[in-house]
Amino acid sequence: MLEQLEGSQAVARTIGMCRPEVIAAYPISPQTHIVEKLSDMVRTGEIDPCEYLMVESEFGAMSACIGASAAGARSYTATASQGLLFMAEALYNASGLGLPIVMTLANRAIGAPINIWNDHSDSMSQRDSGWIQLFAETNQEACDLHIQAYRLAEQLSLPVMVCMDGFILTHAFEQVDLPTQEQVDSYLPSFEPQQILDPAEPMTIGAMVGPEAFTEVKYLMHAKQLQALDEIPLIAADFKETFGRDSGGLVRGYRTEDAETIVVALGSVLGTIEDVIDGLRDQGVKIGALAIKCFRPWPIDEVREALQRADRVVVIEKAFAVGAGGIVGQNVRLALSACEATVFDIVAGLGGRPITRKSLGALFDDIFEGRIEPNRLHFLDLKKDVVERELNRLDDGRSPGPHAENIIRDIGTVASDSH
Amino acid sequence: MFQVRIHGRGGQGVVTASELLSVAAFDEGRHAQAFPTFGSERTGAPVVSFCRIDDKEIRSREPVSRPDAVIIQDPTLLHQVDLFGGLDTDGYILLNSERDFDELGLAEFIAGFRPERVRTMPATAIAREHLGWPMPNSVLLGGFAGLCKLVSLDAVTQALRDRFPGKLGDLNTAAATVACEFVRESLTAAPAAGAGGVHA
Repeated sequence: MLEQLEGSQAVARTIGMCRPEVIAAYPISPQTHIVEKLSDMVRTGEIDPCEYLMVESEFGAMSACIGASAAGARSYTATASQGLLFMAEALYNASGLGLPIVMTLANRAIGAPINIWNDHSDSMSQRDSGWIQLFAETNQEACDLHIQAYRLAEQLSLPVMVCMDGFILTHAFEQVDLPTQEQVDSYLPSFEPQQILDPAEPMTIGAMVGPEAFTEVKYLMHAKQLQALDEIPLIAADFKETFGRDSGGLVRGYRTEDAETIVVALGSVLGTIEDVIDGLRDQGVKIGALAIKCFRPWPIDEVREALQRADRVVVIEKAFAVGAGGIVGQNVRLALSACEATVFDIVAGLGGRPITRKSLGALFDDIFEGRIEPNRLHFLDLKKDVVERELNRLDDGRSPGPHAENIIRDIGTVASDSH
Repeated sequence: MFQVRIHGRGGQGVVTASELLSVAAFDEGRHAQAFPTFGSERTGAPVVSFCRIDDKEIRSREPVSRPDAVIIQDPTLLHQVDLFGGLDTDGYILLNSERDFDELGLAEFIAGFRPERVRTMPATAIAREHLGWPMPNSVLLGGFAGLCKLVSLDAVTQALRDRFPGKLGDLNTAAATVACEFVRESLTAAPAAGAGGVHA
């Protein structure tokens, strides 16, 4: 039924319909509303049978999910930012053991400097952890992806991370068509674990593996991720059949048919980008967008297929590899290695800086007019004067003090002024 | 698309107000998107929330920088925050104050606006009287339904009842209804009174 509600509430209710048996989570902004709602739903019996574990940390949350999943329980957790980092060791255990845990990541920046706002540095930091990473553009899609995530995870016995932009989606009220329990039940069969810890038939999982077999176990992890590239489109097609709408998949093109310029991005910023593209199309500019819905595994063939006829590819991403460049950009280059397209790497929206239509319009204009160098990291809306002042302070030779505090002192902070 | 920006302080229900406005618009068959700016999650700190309303799907997620209407829940923000940034002179202003624009020193600023689209109203006083505590958000939503035909009072009160079941919903509905009437009467009595505001 179509409802106007907060993204976090919509996701929590959808998770409830996926019938999780164990939820273990530690609250952290901007994920908090999701797990608060779920703990309430378990307490009131709305999700039953289910055990909600109040753990002492994110490391505890993931460890509890690992144990529960290995014992054959459908398991769920959610986190963000530093919470994901605190889970890091256990994330690799979950994927290495092949446990089909589903996690919501309410994307948030990683400190220092401490920052609670949205960007993608948390998910990108764990891109090689062996988890599948799906990105939602809207709250509708965030809900839909969780249902698909359980199906995918349990079919392949792999953990899946559903990434949704913190605050921008988690705290946004917009309409969501929540499925019925019957629809979800018909789409998502009950969990048939591929491995199970059962006291009646004792076995161990998580054996120490030496040089004689470690490579082979890792190879199988890789092979299984690549298998997901085949499964994800099928799961999305099946989803459409049951629920009647397009959601998920590997990539989604927007007005790319004859596009000379294609903008590549992940998550909720696609909506703003599409509005800008419509404006440019009205002026006759041949521009389109490619939404990366699945970042891990990397859908290299689909990305190449979508981009290979473009002259320019503009990758807009909310994270970057410090000292190296764009992260999504490098993956896109890999897909385009045999193609002619010029790739631009744009970092935007770090730590919650709004990505506006105005800034995007100016960016595309700069690119069309040759004012931005390709193959070099460009920071959208960078306050150059602030950076230069701070660099000059360094040149003074005296102990300049910490950058963050210096800059805040210079520019002042009015949180409510971010518009 | 119609864009509303709501300014207030932490604890005044600024975020709830934009959420309820979006629910009211949704209930009337429109697309709506409400979201807050976050950061100063402290009682008393300046807070901003946004609501977009349209007849088609809303895709952009940037903060509202060019609002069609500004609702101000706390007049003490006047000297702290750029409350009217991006607002054109044909926009709507609803400001919670017992004083009128003249008395607030805004006469010159407000003179360029369409008088039937700008009002001050004593929302905190109305809240005290009808709710029993000084929470101005539902009062201002009722007032906004009276000032601007964007959403109906019925849709606003239905959203209030959905959010606050039982007695709390009754109280909020009563407060919003009084506020809506207050603004409607002031528009009827003195359509051009905006520049001078209206008194309770």
